[in-house]
Amino acid sequence: MVLQERSLTLFDKVWSSHVVTGLAGGVSLLAIDRHLLHDLEGGASLRRIAERGLKVHNPELTFGVPDHAVATAPDRRADSTPNSSRLLRELKEGSEASEITYFDLGTEGQGIVHVIGPELGLSQPGMTIVCGDSHACTHGGLGALSFGIGATEIMHVLATQTLRQTKPKTMRIALEGKLAPGVAAKDVILATIGRIGTDAGNGHAVEFAGTTIRAMSVDQRLTVCNLSIELGAKIGMIAPDDTAFSYLAGRAYAPKGEMFDRACAHWRTLPSDDDARFDVEHTIDAATIAPQITWGTSPQDVIAVDQRIPDPTRETDPQRRQAMEAALAYMGLTPGEAIEGTPVDWVFVGSCTNGRLSDIREAARVVAGRKVAPNVRAWVVPGSESTQRAAEREGLDKIFLSAGFEWRKAGCSMCAGINGDTVAPGQRSVSTTNRNFVGRQGPNARTHLASPAMAAAAAIAGRIADARKLG
Amino acid sequence: MEKFTRVTGIAAPLMKANIDTDVIIPAKRLVGHQRGELGAFAFEAYRYRPDRTDNPDFVLNLARYRGAKILITGEHFGCGSSRESAVWALAGFGFRCVIAPSFGDIFTNNAFQNGMLLIRLPKEQVDRLAAEIESGSTPAMTVDLQSRTVTAPSGAETPFEIDAERRQALLEGRDEIGMTLARDADILAFQERDRAARPWIYQTGQTQVS
Repeated sequence: MVLQERSLTLFDKVWSSHVVTGLAGGVSLLAIDRHLLHDLEGGASLRRIAERGLKVHNPELTFGVPDHAVATAPDRRADSTPNSSRLLRELKEGSEASEITYFDLGTEGQGIVHVIGPELGLSQPGMTIVCGDSHACTHGGLGALSFGIGATEIMHVLATQTLRQTKPKTMRIALEGKLAPGVAAKDVILATIGRIGTDAGNGHAVEFAGTTIRAMSVDQRLTVCNLSIELGAKIGMIAPDDTAFSYLAGRAYAPKGEMFDRACAHWRTLPSDDDARFDVEHTIDAATIAPQITWGTSPQDVIAVDQRIPDPTRETDPQRRQAMEAALAYMGLTPGEAIEGTPVDWVFVGSCTNGRLSDIREAARVVAGRKVAPNVRAWVVPGSESTQRAAEREGLDKIFLSAGFEWRKAGCSMCAGINGDTVAPGQRSVSTTNRNFVGRQGPNARTHLASPAMAAAAAIAGRIADARKLG
Repeated sequence: MEKFTRVTGIAAPLMKANIDTDVIIPAKRLVGHQRGELGAFAFEAYRYRPDRTDNPDFVLNLARYRGAKILITGEHFGCGSSRESAVWALAGFGFRCVIAPSFGDIFTNNAFQNGMLLIRLPKEQVDRLAAEIESGSTPAMTVDLQSRTVTAPSGAETPFEIDAERRQALLEGRDEIGMTLARDADILAFQERDRAARPWIYQTGQTQVS
């Protein structure tokens, strides 16, 4: 018994403490601590369970926020777009009818669901968190077991506060070493995906560990976990430690006073035991990672900014070669050429990957005292109302505005493609988002994923540029 | 949920790895359309030319694969976004079953919630089935969930593995919400124990955000 207890992973501990009951065939009925609803599915899901005559099982564990469909123009309102008008009304009214907390436009709680969860202290270590959005894995940066679900599972959680889940295998990715100057958390996770592949984590719950992770801030850890799904894993987690506890202390929904100490004592039991075993282990030397930029239409299509665009003729696997050729044709890139210097039309800083205050500061450092190149349209979309207000208190909005950026309101914006914010066909964007999929930022839009500093450098240079050279 | 027992029909090969749910159904179609209408937009970026006529180079537009019920494809099919509309779009297109070496984790759960059978086979076997479909005179196959076999045009049978619980749920066309609600006493008992052990999880009512 003692031995067994000592050999558990972080994931095992959180999973097993949430099993309500085991079902046939290795399926567990898993209790859910937080259910986050957004405008795209939330209102419709509340309506569907009401139509079935069902009630929300635990409204106090359910939270609603508009993010996907909201407009981000500075003068936006709930009815700024036809989509947002209906979806926001449906979520707001559905939340009120079910006594669910709804974070309305114009309040500090509004923002991208994966930004506000940690920011408000709603997301905590050891919790099970679900959301009808694949980037729910983000909350794993605080040590939560958090994952994306589809419309039917959303209804299941609303009606029962549980999910039927098959336990995934476990994977540990150890990131070791001190990051080189100018290298961001985004570069670390993109390089990891490039190294082990976009399906490497398929069927696994991933724990990111190692000295690189331990030295990271919570914001950086959230960025790493955000791209777990781009590694094929719907769950990514990082062991909670003092960095996480300090981050949570004093946040609106974090436990207070003696209750915080009690929670903290529980959180300290969560990290994987030293002799815990994982089904798969990877170790990556993070000290050698350089700023990254994607060249293709999968997050695994990534190189360092000083490298050349890969040549499909050197690829021996025919399916892979075809995929590379199709990706390069879509992206309008020539094999063998330097990627640095490729002219860009759009720059986007924001999203649940890189829309936090630290990301905006990182971009502002590059932009300060400079001007956006005339051929580029550049946007900053803060991840939340609270982030926006904090950035404005620091005067960061002025830095961007005087450089020629647009400074907009919180939402998913150019990462979601359903709120009016899109890249025009054939145009090239450098974006701090998480997906460079075909059509993701609009039909035939060409997306290069990068860190906030790299995106800012592209805006200034008017082409893909190495942020380190701008100083 | 629609039951799945046995399907015989045209199989179509779309042999590419990492086909994501944005490609299966773009985000702009997620609002303003009913579930049943999404088939028209499945694989939209590949399927149509700019003037909305069919792209003759896209494999699913070839006459021999029209009306396909079974999709054969590459690794990690359905990766990316959690949108369940990817499953609704595939179903609207006519597919009841997808055969691939692996599937996106969230897509997998979504498919099984909608009576769509996902069959995972080793890549060599998937490639072999695809090759047979491409070269045979009639690209028809049978998928039998009762016997857990795929029957190729040649008559050769390939057995497949499937989680026993998922198989049963598909065969019966189960309503999982109803089944879970039948266990509500277990859920309430768990929450009562948990409320004592981790009270902070449930204490959310006092907080106000302005």
